[in-house]
Amino acid sequence: MSTTYDASEPSFRLSMLIYDTRYRSLTIQVVAFILFMSGIAWLISNAYFNLQDLGKDFDFGFLGSRAGYDISPRLIEYSNDSTHFRATLIGLLNTLLVAFLGCILATIVGVIAGVLRLSNNWITARLMTIYVEAFRNIPVLLWILLFFAFFTESLPHPRTFKGEDPESTLFLGSIAFTRQDAWIPAPIMGTGSNIILIIFALSLFAIWFFGRWAKRRQEATGDILPTFWIKLAIFVLPTLAMYLVLGRPITLEYPEISRFSFDGGIRVKNAMLALWLALSLYTGAFIAEAVRAGILAVSSGQTEASFALGLRPNRTMSLVILPQALRVIIPPLISQYLNLTKNSSLAIAVGYMDLRATLGGITLNQTGRELECMLLMMLIYLIVSLIISGAMNVYNSSVKLKER
Amino acid sequence: MTSSQHASYVRTEMLPESPPPLTESGIVKWVKENLFSGWINSLLTVVSLYVIYVCLSHIIPWVFQSVWNAGSLTECREIAQEAYGHTHGACWAVIKERWHQLLFGFYPQDLYWRPILAFLLMFVALAPILFDRVPRKLLFFTAIYPFLMIWLCWGGSIWGPVCAALGFVIGYFTLITLEKVAGSLIAIIGMFVVPVMWWLYLSGPVSEMLTSTLPIGLQAVGSKDIGGFMLSFIIGLSGIALSFPIGLLLALGRQSNLFIVKSICVGFIEFIRGVPLITLLFVASLLLGYFLPKEVTFDLIVRVIILVTLFAAAYMAEVIRGGLAALPRGQYEAADALGLDYWKSMRLIILPQALKISIPGIVSTFIGLFKDTVLVVFVGLQDPIGFSNLIRAATEWNGIYWELFVFIGACFFVCCFSMSRYSMYLERKLQTDHR
Repeated sequence: MSTTYDASEPSFRLSMLIYDTRYRSLTIQVVAFILFMSGIAWLISNAYFNLQDLGKDFDFGFLGSRAGYDISPRLIEYSNDSTHFRATLIGLLNTLLVAFLGCILATIVGVIAGVLRLSNNWITARLMTIYVEAFRNIPVLLWILLFFAFFTESLPHPRTFKGEDPESTLFLGSIAFTRQDAWIPAPIMGTGSNIILIIFALSLFAIWFFGRWAKRRQEATGDILPTFWIKLAIFVLPTLAMYLVLGRPITLEYPEISRFSFDGGIRVKNAMLALWLALSLYTGAFIAEAVRAGILAVSSGQTEASFALGLRPNRTMSLVILPQALRVIIPPLISQYLNLTKNSSLAIAVGYMDLRATLGGITLNQTGRELECMLLMMLIYLIVSLIISGAMNVYNSSVKLKER
Repeated sequence: MTSSQHASYVRTEMLPESPPPLTESGIVKWVKENLFSGWINSLLTVVSLYVIYVCLSHIIPWVFQSVWNAGSLTECREIAQEAYGHTHGACWAVIKERWHQLLFGFYPQDLYWRPILAFLLMFVALAPILFDRVPRKLLFFTAIYPFLMIWLCWGGSIWGPVCAALGFVIGYFTLITLEKVAGSLIAIIGMFVVPVMWWLYLSGPVSEMLTSTLPIGLQAVGSKDIGGFMLSFIIGLSGIALSFPIGLLLALGRQSNLFIVKSICVGFIEFIRGVPLITLLFVASLLLGYFLPKEVTFDLIVRVIILVTLFAAAYMAEVIRGGLAALPRGQYEAADALGLDYWKSMRLIILPQALKISIPGIVSTFIGLFKDTVLVVFVGLQDPIGFSNLIRAATEWNGIYWELFVFIGACFFVCCFSMSRYSMYLERKLQTDHR
């Protein structure tokens, strides 16, 4: 009896770690963990001994010392007496600025191109195909260099704006595009302009509340309000009325030609314009493909069904097609936004002072701390990417199909 | 019936077919439907025509009122001024004079046949992978092609690449012999350990010995002389070939039930995808030396290839994971129910379907990788963009932009566009559902 008992419940043998499926996964994981950890330990010990041999240490203290270089587009206060940390922050803000502006323009361009590519108009659809294929198949770096070359080589020199009968004139009478840089009008905040800004912010809130109220009302009573026009009125009218009542406190200061270049207005670097346009058009081509795929993914039966229900074409688009297409469009859109943010590090090609140029460029060269600067820079990019993808994933989960 | 046949108001013979109205047939109908079907459509047509006119009116004179034979930009402008009365035309002379640098870098001119031969052989090696009508025996050539390419491009003794390739052969025979003697597990471990031992300790002396006894070789070319599109192709091709298997393993790891393996894969993929490629290239050029022992030094091209491969592998892993996740759960369960083990079920059931789904994503990752090879200019390698800067730095070609950009862009466009067309062909070929 005892022998059969033993056979039915065999004692643990070492070979079971490999051949018994109950233990095998554990064995594999332990081996993988040990290998991984020893790999990491090997890298760190190499770094430790190499640093020791070079007489360097691993220290982020340099971030608190004086940077001593100027950064030209700066969103917050900075001088060359500021610290390296401050310079890093400026660089990060410049990266985020171009990424933010790029995402907005790329979305607009991409949506328009994607929709037009599907239009009935043969010639427009072909034109958009050419745009999408040209930008998707040529490296973005080449586009950035091309735009930058256009700005610095083909635009007029500031001196051509001079004189009684100048060769070049301001674009729309207010913007000076020159081969040095571009000058745009600067808003001058007079007294009372704060009130206008507050009114504007309040009207944004009002639009949001009105939208919620109108939706609840529609769900309760079935009446549909012309929400778009009412929202537009709330958006424009109070601010405009207050602007006129207060006697136009916000004015624009236009760029004026001076002895060598322009005075007044805001100077926008050509490097930034080139980077912004190239990144937006490049990413816009990818977004156009995503939009096109999203609209094509909604079967034509949906359109026909909503027409059969008696919905008008614009309501069909907004209530039936778009919500379903958005579900397909948003995941690739997230990755395109991330790509644009990461591609903004190509600012190196045109000399725009982004994070790579401050922390990974001048700071690195001045302090000679490659290891710290590069690791910190990668960490910052990683955090920015994770924040963007996190925020967009929250939005994605709010529009995606609610399944049980 | 008979009365109606004789009634005068009933027609007795058919009328001849009359053509459709002019506005409902042929080109007029097509134009009406496709270009002017409504006021929005008409507006779009007019705007598009205007855009096309503006573009062509600038581009056509630039392209065709151009100069092909000149020694410098100023000479170009003089010739254009004489011939056309203006200097707005392109100066293609720069391409004619410097095309070899854009394509081959500083590679010795009398050795150009080597990269060209490697490039042509690339198509032979790719043929059995790309088209299934090509004889399967060519796969043998595909296997030796990487070593052949390295030998043709860098030159030197033939025994170095041969010994490197021998490592794989040794691994294969270790697997076969040990599997009979000692079981599959030890065979698999041996498959990895024995070749590594061979590469680390034996291959160097053996190849030196063979070189001294049988000196077969080509003239060696240093890495610093390799540039232009040749460099882009080498980095892009190696990255594509290496990133696919690594990405596949990462995707399987990320989808697996093993917690630690999964966490390592997720961490790696998310880290790589969260940082720009350019920072990884700086890691290759600045930091890799810190993390490796002092004795180990790689060529910069090899370091860049390693980082580019890891970068593309993370993206590849996400694309393949999408394919794996898109498969219905029933396929996995069916594979288990058949009694297949993990690798067999993956190889025979899951991956063929998952990879088919992810073909567009895989190819666009390849295209992205190939386009990203131009970033190596920032770590000091001379790719086509690096050479365009070098050419502009020369006094005779100072200030020339568009011609170089157009040439480089056209080369990239041809490569990337043909890759995307191939992926569409592959999708159609592998389509098994009836539509």
